[in-house]
Amino acid sequence: MAAASPETITPSARERSLRVRLIPYIDRFGILFIVLVMLAVGTITQPDVFLSWRNLSNLPGQNAALAALAMGMFVVIVTAGIDLSVGSVLVLAMMTTAVLARDQVLPPLLLVPVPILVGMLVGLINGLGLTVLRLPHPFIVTLGTLNIARGVANLISGGVPISGMPEPVRFLGNGSLDLGFMQLPVSLVVIAVLYLGFWIFLQYTRTGRHLYAIGGNPQAARVSGVNVERTLVLAYVLSGATAGLAGLLLAGRTNSGFPNAGIGAELDAISAVIIGGASFFGGRGSVLGVLAGVLVIGLLRNILNLNNVPVFWQQVLIGVVIILAVFLDVLRRRAGSASE
Amino acid sequence: MTREHEVPVIEARGVSKYFGAVTALENVSLKLYHGEVLGVVGDNGAGKSTLMKILAGLYPPSAGEIFVEGKLVHFRSPKDARDMGIEMVYQDLALAGNLRIDENIFLGRERVRKFGPFRFIDNAASLKQAKEHLEKLKIEVKSVRQKVEELSGGQRQAVAIARATAFDAKVVIMDEPTAALAVKEVRKVLDLIKDLKNHGISVILISHRLDDIFYVCDRVMALFRGRNFAEAPLAEVTRNEVIGWIMGNKSPVTQAAKIFDLN
Repeated sequence: MAAASPETITPSARERSLRVRLIPYIDRFGILFIVLVMLAVGTITQPDVFLSWRNLSNLPGQNAALAALAMGMFVVIVTAGIDLSVGSVLVLAMMTTAVLARDQVLPPLLLVPVPILVGMLVGLINGLGLTVLRLPHPFIVTLGTLNIARGVANLISGGVPISGMPEPVRFLGNGSLDLGFMQLPVSLVVIAVLYLGFWIFLQYTRTGRHLYAIGGNPQAARVSGVNVERTLVLAYVLSGATAGLAGLLLAGRTNSGFPNAGIGAELDAISAVIIGGASFFGGRGSVLGVLAGVLVIGLLRNILNLNNVPVFWQQVLIGVVIILAVFLDVLRRRAGSASE
Repeated sequence: MTREHEVPVIEARGVSKYFGAVTALENVSLKLYHGEVLGVVGDNGAGKSTLMKILAGLYPPSAGEIFVEGKLVHFRSPKDARDMGIEMVYQDLALAGNLRIDENIFLGRERVRKFGPFRFIDNAASLKQAKEHLEKLKIEVKSVRQKVEELSGGQRQAVAIARATAFDAKVVIMDEPTAALAVKEVRKVLDLIKDLKNHGISVILISHRLDDIFYVCDRVMALFRGRNFAEAPLAEVTRNEVIGWIMGNKSPVTQAAKIFDLN
């Protein structure tokens, strides 16, 4: 137990070695380095196609739903939680919007907030299940709502696809802004605003910092006067909201609602968050990291598609990337930890 | 030098605490006066930590009353207690290792700047005030931007104490602050407690180490099996008597000292 006091430690050869001094930079920019490598690989293997505008402008639309899901998932993972329900929330939000659009119950513009509100409602149930019912781990309650939300989505839609989304929904998911020199995908703007908003929220607001504190040490947060329960509920409501937004974007992009949407999407979202350097045990990670994680998954799929790699191999490779990314993190921690 | 006529800064009267069938505290009373350092001793399970957590607002008492400066209070959470200047340094420190030193010090009471309807954390003010506060307490760290998990045990203890004293604390309760520290660091923490006392802050110190108690305390009280057992000004007891109290023995010498109350 006799830990050396700081006074007795002088900068050793170890501390001055290049490897150790690189740690903070790997910590901050490692994932961006991986993104750069992928861009290089894409360019080298498909020089004519990869960097073409036609290909690049497709990426935001293809990955917008994942980006939205991952953002909310990150907020939950920061608190050392997990939200397994987001894929089902996506489809419930999507089918609710599709049914309301088909039956023309609401004016088209009022349909836009519907999927987000649906998502917040499921998120509220998740949060209350965790804090009021005191279910032992968020895995449980969100596993429950994973099933409930998808079941309800099938019940209200009859389990069949519904096509035809109103103009405002299509605009958000599939539209583009004419800037003269380029067509800017609206979904890219939505995601950019979402990420910027969450970055400010997590980094510069009290509640945002409390989410990190809860992930680091919930007891510390509690005795410091943080309302841990309310903050946790908010985290799940936000995760539901972004899952609803993902449903909205996907509905707009496909101009339909289909009951198989979002199956397994929660695992993609978790993958993006973990690849982006967030700790599964909470308290660690950044919005920029999440963005990088989404980019890694999106680019990987894109590059593999362009090179005609079968979709099954894509699955295998994404699995490998998850394990590699976390292993790199383990190595970094081992090198950076003073106690080992 | 009895201070019985003074209004204590914090007082527990007849406090009991039950956890299901377990009686943690039974009719325990405690008085802490202004600028006083009170040592609380007792064997494991004597109820010391439970009593402190009640004073700090973490647990509600099952029975009994808490007074702050003579006023009856009902703490619903540690926040209520902190708002009245009652702070606690927990045995496990209750720090978030993933946050910076200043963020831990201001956790739950962040410095904010208004921006229209929004409030954003004022990192510049937070870093500056944290730095000043640490300097005031003569706590040395490389930078207040360091994450707490990068600090040594003694530095973490110091940060926990800094957090407890950053906001006009009247009472600082410390639960075994030296238990996990290296020898050199123990002295620093104890000197810090003396500093707090010199600044007029009252301190309750729980410790197993009689060296700590005899170095900083003005008065010592012992709990035994959840009850008040004995107490005396430090000048009137010996180490052996206090050791006896912890084990549940009152020596005749102490009794005599109490009866005749030589002061």
